[in-house]
Amino acid sequence: MGTILKDYSYTPAKIKRGYSGKSLYINLADLRIEQKEITEFMKEKFTGGKGFDLWYLWHAITPETRWDSPENEIVMSVGPLGGITQYSGTGKTLLCAISPLTGIPIDSNVGGYFGPLLKFSGWDAFEIQGKADREILIFIDGNNGRIQIEDAAEYPEDAHLLAEELTKKYSENEDDMVNVSVACTGSGAKYGYMGMINFSFYDPRRKVCRFKQAARGGLGTILHDKKVKALVVKYRGVKPNLNDAADISTINKVGVKYHKEMHDLDQKQNKMRQIGTANTVMIMSQYDLLPTRNFQTGGDPETIKISPKVFIEEWLTQGLHDGCWYGCTMSCAKCADHFLLTTGPYAGQRVTVDGPEYECAAGLGANLGVFDPQAILEENFYCDTYGIDLISFATCTAFIMECYQRGQITQEQMGGLDLRFGNSQAVLELLHQMSRGEGFGRLAGLGIRKLKQIFVEQFGADPKLLQDIGMEVKGLEYSEYAHKESLAQQGGFAMATKGPQHDEAWLIFMDMVNKQIPTFEDKANALYYFPMFRTWFGLVGLCKLPWNDIVPADNHKTDSPAKVPEHVQNYVDLFNAVTGKNIDKEELIIQSERVYQFQRVFNVRMGKGERKDDYAPYRSLGPVTREEYLSRQELYDKQLREFQQLDPEAMGLDEKIAATRRYREDQYEQLMDAVYRRRGWTNNGIPTPERLKAIGMDLPELLEVIEPKL
Amino acid sequence: MIKVNTEESPWRPGMTVRALLDEKLFTFRHIIVRINGEFVSEEDFEKQTIQDGDDVLVLHLMAGG
Repeated sequence: MGTILKDYSYTPAKIKRGYSGKSLYINLADLRIEQKEITEFMKEKFTGGKGFDLWYLWHAITPETRWDSPENEIVMSVGPLGGITQYSGTGKTLLCAISPLTGIPIDSNVGGYFGPLLKFSGWDAFEIQGKADREILIFIDGNNGRIQIEDAAEYPEDAHLLAEELTKKYSENEDDMVNVSVACTGSGAKYGYMGMINFSFYDPRRKVCRFKQAARGGLGTILHDKKVKALVVKYRGVKPNLNDAADISTINKVGVKYHKEMHDLDQKQNKMRQIGTANTVMIMSQYDLLPTRNFQTGGDPETIKISPKVFIEEWLTQGLHDGCWYGCTMSCAKCADHFLLTTGPYAGQRVTVDGPEYECAAGLGANLGVFDPQAILEENFYCDTYGIDLISFATCTAFIMECYQRGQITQEQMGGLDLRFGNSQAVLELLHQMSRGEGFGRLAGLGIRKLKQIFVEQFGADPKLLQDIGMEVKGLEYSEYAHKESLAQQGGFAMATKGPQHDEAWLIFMDMVNKQIPTFEDKANALYYFPMFRTWFGLVGLCKLPWNDIVPADNHKTDSPAKVPEHVQNYVDLFNAVTGKNIDKEELIIQSERVYQFQRVFNVRMGKGERKDDYAPYRSLGPVTREEYLSRQELYDKQLREFQQLDPEAMGLDEKIAATRRYREDQYEQLMDAVYRRRGWTNNGIPTPERLKAIGMDLPELLEVIEPKL
Repeated sequence: MIKVNTEESPWRPGMTVRALLDEKLFTFRHIIVRINGEFVSEEDFEKQTIQDGDDVLVLHLMAGG
């Protein structure tokens, strides 16, 4: 055991109606530990989860704060519904901080046991500020009301080893291991900006620590910069009504109804219990939505090699419960057991690989031109144990590969790595270099925005081409959906508050296939409703997947099947049943909008919440290169005729590409205008005082930020 | 001609819902079909025919990860 640097006792707060009413603050510079009150104002304006995180973060920092400033905080909160065990997907924690990739608040949601156990230990939220002078771990004992800060130099860095060691260390016996959860990053978070934070949950059937990830935006990089090797929480005694719900019978009733849906319908619908989110890989390819070779195309005939069937039949263990929190019958956290690693420091060892989820199979597979399930699983494992966000890693590596194949950078400039599309061995070596902080891997971890600058300034690359093909907005790499033919999704990504992540809106089928939102106003309405609705999950501690990855059998009879009205009502009922409040589905949206608009103003405060920050790289909007145009020439030519009344037969290829670009960029500008109006923003993307007042968020500190911009 | 999701599409005599989905490469499992506003059950996709001039709605129920 390392030296105990701080020992702090507290009386765990009793949870009332979903809230403990207390938050934990630790300053690492002087090892100061304090308790704060969760006020009624916070509950009313911010609800919980991301709302609490952003409120604390706002007060912790200044507009001059950068990601590695001591005052930057990692804040986490699970929300008032977090930890109930009667419904699926109720263990989600939201983490926020100023991101090293974007310079604005990042929010990232994560399953696993850490958040709920933290809440049951008496803490609705947890702020970590300052920097330690040595590597430390923080242990929270929720049963005995004790917090210890310990010297952690002796512990391993990589997550699978660290979590196993710490879980054993803080457990009294094997049965006790499920009561311990570890939050940690890995060796890869030391050198780049894309470090992530793993949350563990012990799997007693497999006898291993499993992981979910707070992946986006470099939270692990910040954790490492603060010299926090791990956070450990222990709470024994999880049971159904630890949240002191106002109406437990309604929670039970809604839960039973939902579990019956899962039992009866999952096999006919998305097979989440067999394959998890990776069920959509083939579908995405068939609908031209699977990002392939840096989003150049939307699929490839080779996708069949990484299809759900292949993973189910050859790699993923079936028939075990794979929920990442108690009571989740969706059970989608699939994994490959006894997987033999062939590269890196753990070559020759057999491990459990958590995944692949869709983002992994799409990003580390098709987007890198890798159609080899074994390679994808190995990349998946190393991203996780090294603490690297696989989405940013995948999209960034895809960008590097295209730069290389288009002659913008050379093999020599990459330290000899032959990063051709499809070369999984080179991808794995890049990952290992990132974990060691060596060679080109150290550079690659900086992310696309920095790499564009370096490739242009140091390697003489073409800045215009790199701007067009570098799939990032606000500094964050895109998640893994090709979307050139969905204008609404182009906005869903590029106008997303934290950067292009699909958790705000996924409108591709509604827009591109179903044609349900044809006008700019229709798209703007969707880009109002869905981001607001989906924000709510992160306020209360819920997972998005149970909302629409299974739907009631009679969902088709409703007026708006895409919204899954019965499940929305479930959420209203659950919120009211836990908190004793009386919201309806309209108030649910307003709860979200308060936080959504707050986060937009936060961006403005940090210098990035304006129209100029919402532009997409052209690869997102349309075909950049001749090859891309030719790959769907029939479609693009048709659009020239129908949308612009041009005759493609009379035009050269470059002329057609240019005309297509002019049209699509103009469409995007018109979309921005419509979305800004719908969201109550100025034409420059600034939330108006009138809109803030309408939702009760005309707080003096917000008005002070926006008024100079009006 | 028929309309499929607001866009004109070729029609041929005897065209079933299943044939239309196959032609359009609508392979997603979780689809709702309405013909002139009337819901068509999945069990009837093979036998339900589409008439010239019909307005067919094929809703893909997916809202992403």
